[in-house]
Amino acid sequence: MELNDLLKHTSEWLKGSGPNSNIVISSRIRFARNLEKLAFPHWANKKQAKQSLDSVEAAIANVEYLRKSTLFKLADLDSVDKQFLVERHLMSYEHAQKSDSKAILVDGEEIVAIMVNEEDHLRIQVMQSGFNLFEAYNIINRIDDCLAKELVYAYSPEWGYLTACPTNTGTGMRGSVMLHLPGLVMTRQINQVLAAIAKLSFATRGLYGEGTQATGNFFQISNQVSLGRSDTEIIDNINGLIRQIIEQETQAREALLTQNRPLLEDKINRSFGILKSAHIISSQETTELLSLVRLGVDLEIIKDINRRAINELFIITQPAHLQKMENKKLTQGERDVTRAELIRTKLSQGS
Amino acid sequence: MLCDVCGKNPATVHLTEIVDDQMSELHLCEECARKKSSQMESQFGLSDLLAGLAEFEKPAAEEKELSVAKCPNCGLTYKDFKKIGRLGCGECYATFKKFLQPLLKRIHGSSTHCGKCPVPVKTAAGKGPRKKTDIQELRCRLQDAVQREAYEEAARIRDQIKELQEKEQQDKGK
Repeated sequence: MELNDLLKHTSEWLKGSGPNSNIVISSRIRFARNLEKLAFPHWANKKQAKQSLDSVEAAIANVEYLRKSTLFKLADLDSVDKQFLVERHLMSYEHAQKSDSKAILVDGEEIVAIMVNEEDHLRIQVMQSGFNLFEAYNIINRIDDCLAKELVYAYSPEWGYLTACPTNTGTGMRGSVMLHLPGLVMTRQINQVLAAIAKLSFATRGLYGEGTQATGNFFQISNQVSLGRSDTEIIDNINGLIRQIIEQETQAREALLTQNRPLLEDKINRSFGILKSAHIISSQETTELLSLVRLGVDLEIIKDINRRAINELFIITQPAHLQKMENKKLTQGERDVTRAELIRTKLSQGS
Repeated sequence: MLCDVCGKNPATVHLTEIVDDQMSELHLCEECARKKSSQMESQFGLSDLLAGLAEFEKPAAEEKELSVAKCPNCGLTYKDFKKIGRLGCGECYATFKKFLQPLLKRIHGSSTHCGKCPVPVKTAAGKGPRKKTDIQELRCRLQDAVQREAYEEAARIRDQIKELQEKEQQDKGK
């Protein structure tokens, strides 16, 4: 598989299906794993970093389950390629910063992605569409077991999987759910909800993970505790919390519909109108307007376009995607024009 | 409008800072904004926070012991950890155990792992089967598998436990 092949289809997790997909975009589980005795990536010298990359590469080659995946060495990718992978949620912004002895493994459907030599030797992630953490867990568990047969992990019976940062020690697991919460934002209840989440020691992040702001009413919620609770217990806790948030968002949407339907319809259709007719549009404005259009699709106020097409637009209108599709570097000004054109085309095609 | 810092690229990020009731505005291009935000992050990062948590209630004698502690495997010192907030390798956990125990407890509310443990390594490429797969751990995994309704996996773990128990009995008999 070539990197550009990813452009040809929509990632599995964007398909807009799965449980509660009107509110939950995707569910993701990641495992942090390290190799015994070898220095963690941030502390490794060049030779050690190469050694861990070589070991992981050899191990991956032996795993049948990952046969159809492709390993890309970051040193072979240019900056647009790397940003492209970040925009597709396949790797972190941090991973894209330095390229030495780093790699990323991606499967064709983009369900599995493994970062090699990010903060830990291995960062395995599995993504699913909709509210579906256990399905993601079952897949990642299988991959992890296959890799453990090939690699000796840094592990202690007392503290579990040993990670570069003590905040990940234990299960090394982070489960996160991406939610679209325009109802709670519009009814101004979101801050209360976020405060409650923080009190329960869960973390909230924006669309692109750590250190990013919440734009387009997207919130990523994940566990912070990874030691002292089993994987299943952690997932159960996240699920319990997410169910409550889904309930509140549903109520907020209903309230908006019953209390002031014309206002809501106006907002949504104006957003749709701007997207369908703009000739210059920034990435941020796109995200914000698409968020409202998505709500319109969820509430059946907009009927002639499907959720999958909207989900896809969030990703393909990002800077590196535009440049990949045009196959050339674009300045910010040029991107804003290209983006507007792409959106007009896609929305006029309907679903 | 051009970027206030480099003066070359168009400014697209507009930053308003309020320091002592004095409001100042800064207009930055994408690149300079990114630099600026990473500066802001490094001013107060996770490492400070972690080190801060560990600073808490540490007796002077221990302080001295820690100031000379160094991981024999990777060479990371306690000072390094305080600076970067990351450990150097898996062995560091044993080296800095005394100090990590309360830190982990403070972060996670617990300092004992429960849950998955790695399946044994297949070949001699590693070091043969893992030395310490203790029964307690396996029970934890078993419970986990049952909760997930992964019954095949649960059966496998149950057999492993049985095997280990029998082996223990035999060892005792000897």
